Amino acid sequence: MYKLLLSWRYLCTRYIALASIISVTLGVATLIIVNAVMAGFTEEANKRLNGIISDIVFESVSMDGFPNPDWHKAEIRKVLGSDLVGVTATVAVPAMLSIPVGHDQHLASPVRLIGVDEQTYAEVGDFGKYLLHPENRQQLSFLLRQDGYAPEREKFPRSGWRYRRARIMYERAYEEQVALERAKLGAVPQQEPAEPAIPADPYGSAVPADPYASHQAAAPTFDPMTQQSTGVILGIAVCSQRQKDETGEVRDFFFCRPGDDVKITIPTAGSPPNFVSDVLTVVDIYESKMSEYDASLAFMPLEALQNLRGMFDAQHNVRYVTSIQIKLKPGADLNAARDRLQSRFPIRQYPYRIQTWRDMQGPLLAAVQLETTILNILLFLIIAVAGFGILATFYMIVVEKTRDVGILKALGAPSRGVMSIFLGYGFSLGLVGSGVGLGLGLLFVHYINEIAAGLERITGRPIFDPTVYYFREIPTIVSLHTVVGVMAGAVAIAVLASVLPARRAARLHPVEALRYE
Amino acid sequence: MNSLTATSSPTIAVRPTGAAQSHAFPGLHSLSATVPLPAPAPADSDYQLVARGLHKSFRKGNLIIPVLRGVDFAVRRGQFTAVVGQSGSGKSTLLHLLATLDAPDRGEVHFEGTRIDNLPPIKRDRIRNRNLGMIFQFYHLLPELTTLENVLAPSMIHEGIWSYLRHKRAHVERAQRLLDLVGLSHRLQHRPRELSGGEMQRAAIARALIAAPQLLLADEPTGNLDRRNGVEILSILRTLNREENLTIVMVTHDLAIAERADCTVQLVEGQVQAT
Repeated sequence: MYKLLLSWRYLCTRYIALASIISVTLGVATLIIVNAVMAGFTEEANKRLNGIISDIVFESVSMDGFPNPDWHKAEIRKVLGSDLVGVTATVAVPAMLSIPVGHDQHLASPVRLIGVDEQTYAEVGDFGKYLLHPENRQQLSFLLRQDGYAPEREKFPRSGWRYRRARIMYERAYEEQVALERAKLGAVPQQEPAEPAIPADPYGSAVPADPYASHQAAAPTFDPMTQQSTGVILGIAVCSQRQKDETGEVRDFFFCRPGDDVKITIPTAGSPPNFVSDVLTVVDIYESKMSEYDASLAFMPLEALQNLRGMFDAQHNVRYVTSIQIKLKPGADLNAARDRLQSRFPIRQYPYRIQTWRDMQGPLLAAVQLETTILNILLFLIIAVAGFGILATFYMIVVEKTRDVGILKALGAPSRGVMSIFLGYGFSLGLVGSGVGLGLGLLFVHYINEIAAGLERITGRPIFDPTVYYFREIPTIVSLHTVVGVMAGAVAIAVLASVLPARRAARLHPVEALRYE
Repeated sequence: MNSLTATSSPTIAVRPTGAAQSHAFPGLHSLSATVPLPAPAPADSDYQLVARGLHKSFRKGNLIIPVLRGVDFAVRRGQFTAVVGQSGSGKSTLLHLLATLDAPDRGEVHFEGTRIDNLPPIKRDRIRNRNLGMIFQFYHLLPELTTLENVLAPSMIHEGIWSYLRHKRAHVERAQRLLDLVGLSHRLQHRPRELSGGEMQRAAIARALIAAPQLLLADEPTGNLDRRNGVEILSILRTLNREENLTIVMVTHDLAIAERADCTVQLVEGQVQAT
């Protein structure tokens, strides 16, 4: 009882000791904040990565792909059994996207064009969730919607059929106006601009070099007011640029939007590949908030891509795909499933890369993990340094309390009891220090976005730039596990720091301690 | 008198309960407990405290300073003994040896017929806590605790948390009675720094009595007090001795104070000169 009472009284009366644990407090607060932000980032990144890449990806090493995706799917179903939730075949191919900007300019950007099966692609990931049109989120479709894109985004430009018609009418009116102006000026009526010269095809392929032209030639009745080309879904950063407007607010400026036509150029299957181009109509925009994907992905219907690349054998009615994406039940062991697939499709026989999404994102995940670990070690070192401060303060307190120790021993307190007074004192100091640190840390995490905004106002420099991270807010997750670990570590350090002084107190000779002035 | 040697029981009563016992301080011994002690030694049944051939020296660098050079000394039950001597004659050292706060180089200390100077530390701690009361020249109250808590300290040390909390009411009542007895009932919640010297010494006496000890060891209890307070403290001790039959060994350098004791032991240069 006296141990508790004295520890408590020492805690309440020795403010200098409280000062010595401020570093513990700050260390704990920082650890909690850092871990919360890191966990938030990791979790958010994982969610998005896994949303985009399915659990296991079964990829052909060749761009020509492999035939018989249905047989492969059946085999995969057999191997994985009840663990399997969804499976879909895709074709992925590098492509050059060309977006008309203004009247005679084109914005060209390299993208990874993925041909997806409308019916099954949504089963293997969260792809659908990231589309802007609410109906497309329910059921993926490559048909242009009338209207109603991105209802939750403020100031999203008008998109869809109504926009498309308005745009075409505007363009036609503009052209008429230009012609009229020219006529007024008495200029010689210009001829229609000549078709650009088609470069000679080095491989002499039968594939037309500009299917856009051939498209119009083949379908002279194509009316853009009522008809669309094959649909394409673009990553948001492919077709837009994020920047601050004059008020300092972050805005997306769209180079094209659903309803616009873009041109795509891709290599065909076969060796050596040729290049084919086609005009596609943007039917939706994809925003996963992972800049890596938002800036590089474009999706179109699987069959259209296969046709465009010549990935089917009409004679035997066999289609080719480059990858199969597999979704497993939540909690299923991905690595085990991957290993089972690898043993079913040995690399010597089947040149496929079979990887889990973690394997594919290994370097990124490992980097985040490493960063977290290093930060944790550094911050714990700070707390350990604080431990030495506590040790020094405690030593002083034991010296100051020498006479009390003598009195307690004269009253019959055993050495162990004296020791536990000071250990208890250290424990309660650690508890107070880390408790206050916990409070501070949680408060900071809770208001982290407000704090970042405040710092931005004060320093005039962006702390967390949404144009860089594609997160509008700093994601945080406070895990109980981490909090308990950090608290326990800090308290343990405070107790450890008080062991030496407590031992010294316990070993004091009662007579000498009583005489101590 | 019941003692270890008489009853051959492995325990001793904390206070002899005789018919002659006075009731000037009712309830003083209501919390008497028994504490087991090791096997008894065969002699000295009349004496409560016996010191035989005590030697003690201290080392200062290379120099060995002998303080006690064979002190033989015995105290009967209920006796008020004063140990007098010049400064440096070894009185306090003797008291520390008797209180098992220090161990003699040679010699033995027997308490209630049991040798106590060579007991393991835990047992000596228990004897100090339960069987002996101590008061000091500089009072030695714990500055962080109130007067009441200081008086309760030995009980807190003796009992575990739950046991103490279970009996807390009885402990507090007893402490309040003792503080009332020494005239400090109006100072229960004051810290030692808010008390005068005389008040602090009275609190120290109450603390020494909380466990109802058989023996009170006092180290210059009046040494730091003015004459009037000194006389008051002494009369409290005297009353305790007479009415509670409490054995008291008091160390003092003041012969006038020593005269109030039943007998006086004079210590000169580490040896007993006269009794």
